[in-house]
Amino acid sequence: MDLTVLLVKGLIILVIFGITLLIATYSTYAERKVAAFLQDRLGPNRAGPFGLLQPIADAGKMFFKEDFIPAQASKWLFILGPCLAMLTALMSSAVIPFGDSIRLAWDGTNYDIPMQAIEINIGVLYIFGVVSLGVYGIMVGGWASNNKFSLLGAIRAASQNISYEIALGLSLIAILMMTGSLSLRAIVNEQATFFEWNVFTQPLGFIIFLTCAFAECNRTPFDLPECETELVGGYHTEYSSMKLGFYLFAEYINMFVSSAFISSLYFGGYHYPFMNAVHDGLTGSLGEIAGHNIATAIGTVVFFAKIFFFIFFFMWVRWTIPRFRYDQLMNLGWKSLIPLSILNVVVTGAGLLYDIKYTTWLIVVVMVVLALTSNARAPKSQAAPQRA
Amino acid sequence: MQPTQNVLIPEVIQQIPLTYYIIISTALFVIGIIGVLTRRNAIIIFMSIELMLNAVNLLLIAFSSYRSDSSGQVFVFFIMAVAAAEVSVGLAIIVMIYRNTRSIDVGLLNKLKW
Amino acid sequence: MSEFLNQFKQLTATGYLFWVLAILALLSAVWVVTARNPIHSVLALIATFFCLSGHYILLNAQFLAAVNIIVYAGAIMVLFLFTIMFLNLRREDEESKTNLTKMAAVVVGGLLMVMLITIFRAKSAQVPTFNPVSFDSRTGLVENLGSILYSDYILPFELASVLFLVAMVGAVMLGKREAGDRHF
Repeated sequence: MDLTVLLVKGLIILVIFGITLLIATYSTYAERKVAAFLQDRLGPNRAGPFGLLQPIADAGKMFFKEDFIPAQASKWLFILGPCLAMLTALMSSAVIPFGDSIRLAWDGTNYDIPMQAIEINIGVLYIFGVVSLGVYGIMVGGWASNNKFSLLGAIRAASQNISYEIALGLSLIAILMMTGSLSLRAIVNEQATFFEWNVFTQPLGFIIFLTCAFAECNRTPFDLPECETELVGGYHTEYSSMKLGFYLFAEYINMFVSSAFISSLYFGGYHYPFMNAVHDGLTGSLGEIAGHNIATAIGTVVFFAKIFFFIFFFMWVRWTIPRFRYDQLMNLGWKSLIPLSILNVVVTGAGLLYDIKYTTWLIVVVMVVLALTSNARAPKSQAAPQRA
Repeated sequence: MQPTQNVLIPEVIQQIPLTYYIIISTALFVIGIIGVLTRRNAIIIFMSIELMLNAVNLLLIAFSSYRSDSSGQVFVFFIMAVAAAEVSVGLAIIVMIYRNTRSIDVGLLNKLKW
Repeated sequence: MSEFLNQFKQLTATGYLFWVLAILALLSAVWVVTARNPIHSVLALIATFFCLSGHYILLNAQFLAAVNIIVYAGAIMVLFLFTIMFLNLRREDEESKTNLTKMAAVVVGGLLMVMLITIFRAKSAQVPTFNPVSFDSRTGLVENLGSILYSDYILPFELASVLFLVAMVGAVMLGKREAGDRHF
């Protein structure tokens, strides 16, 4: 039996790995299609039907380009940079619960194998560890290139990631307080009923988390580390061939992983309304094992639908909102998001004291009222003055 | 050491005597001391101090795990907190030194003597 | 020695993992101290922290393993890397100390190590081992540490927050450029 569990686990890990890579590959295609749609263009449509083979053609191009290492670069670190970026991006998907469990019958007993690579009781801390390591790939690569623009991009990325990590962590603490566990599966299972999804109990935390996720992935509107107008290409200016491919790929994997985290932390993971009724109906009509497995499969499909929505959201935002200035980025992080997330923690704690789950709506209401009144008082036709 | 049948005890604790952890952390501590004594770059001296702190952390965690006493691990938690505070202030001081002397060689700081 | 070898042969995979992690930790620690380039020192120190986190996981102290990665590798070392990149210390312009000083340092370190190990191995200082009866494998888990931290150690915990506030103010004060200071 041990061997079977090991085999199934290994299979799940391989499948997760494959799915991560596949989704990252097709995110590049989807990004170009979404961009084309938003800009009223056609997008890639030559390679294969609807241009579906475009990512493969891109990968082929990447592989056959000249792999160039600048003469003044420090060679090993130059190679290490993209490897670290890819490694940390791939590591974080290990603790995501993709579905409920697969049920196997063996010698008349049922074994439930959770659809998760590793279930550890410090899942959230694991994510934090991996996320905080993500900056090394960028910093090492940017420094090793021995190029001013790369170094500036790397330093921008590092300071941005460190700053937004704090708000990210603080916004999560409110969820941890409500769940009382650091395990991602426990957090997902806490959101079994629709109106207890954390997005309804923690609206402010969700917005802060989403913003910080954008910043952590270096996506527009926070893509200052690779901002073309100021820094040529940012930290990957000197990279070519598959090393550049690794950096770009790592960005898409990060996007997939953070979408998965957003959906499992705030949108109930593999839960969907009337899930228990569906589960009972399936087990009733198809039998204990097949019914359970099909219910799990439906949950997983729902989870992936949520993930795809958030990947689409990332792209939607990228092609809609212009880039921030760097001081605006830092002001937003340090002067708005961190105080707000601390306030969120305090209000959630006060709510938990009296067993009310929805107290954070209070902050949202107050903020909306403040925003409306301040907008009413602002001068109408005059642009806001730039920072002195 | 007699391996017990208790599966809850981590295998390392069953197989490795605590003395080995003492030796490892002593070695790490001494490497840190040698770093402080031999290098002149303020940042590397600082990193050697971090190494020494981590040697102590390892020892505390090993003892706490072997003896099932959580206090040691709480202590490590505080050491980490203090280390984080120390690094933020220390690196700010190093940056100031660099601004004033254009170098972070501790040998150049002998002006502090008078 | 043969006793040691016999013991070594009886180890399981986890036991070998202990040795691998220990040797890697020591090697990367030596690299921290000897590397000419400060960036290499930083990377070696990160490697050391990873090995130590591995040790913590082997010792079933999962919480501290994660915190070690987050605090040390994720925050402190990024700060170090950041400072080194800002100060542009890639020229290896550190004049090394004389060989005599280095020798003296190594001798002093070696003596200290011998002394410490002798103290630990002394008959009177009996190194305790684990107690199979009262062993609690949940010692290092979050629930346990959290309840102790918020009950027995609540005062130091609160004081640590004051320490952080002071450190933050101090770092901002020190790092702030006054009017007329140059931009590096």
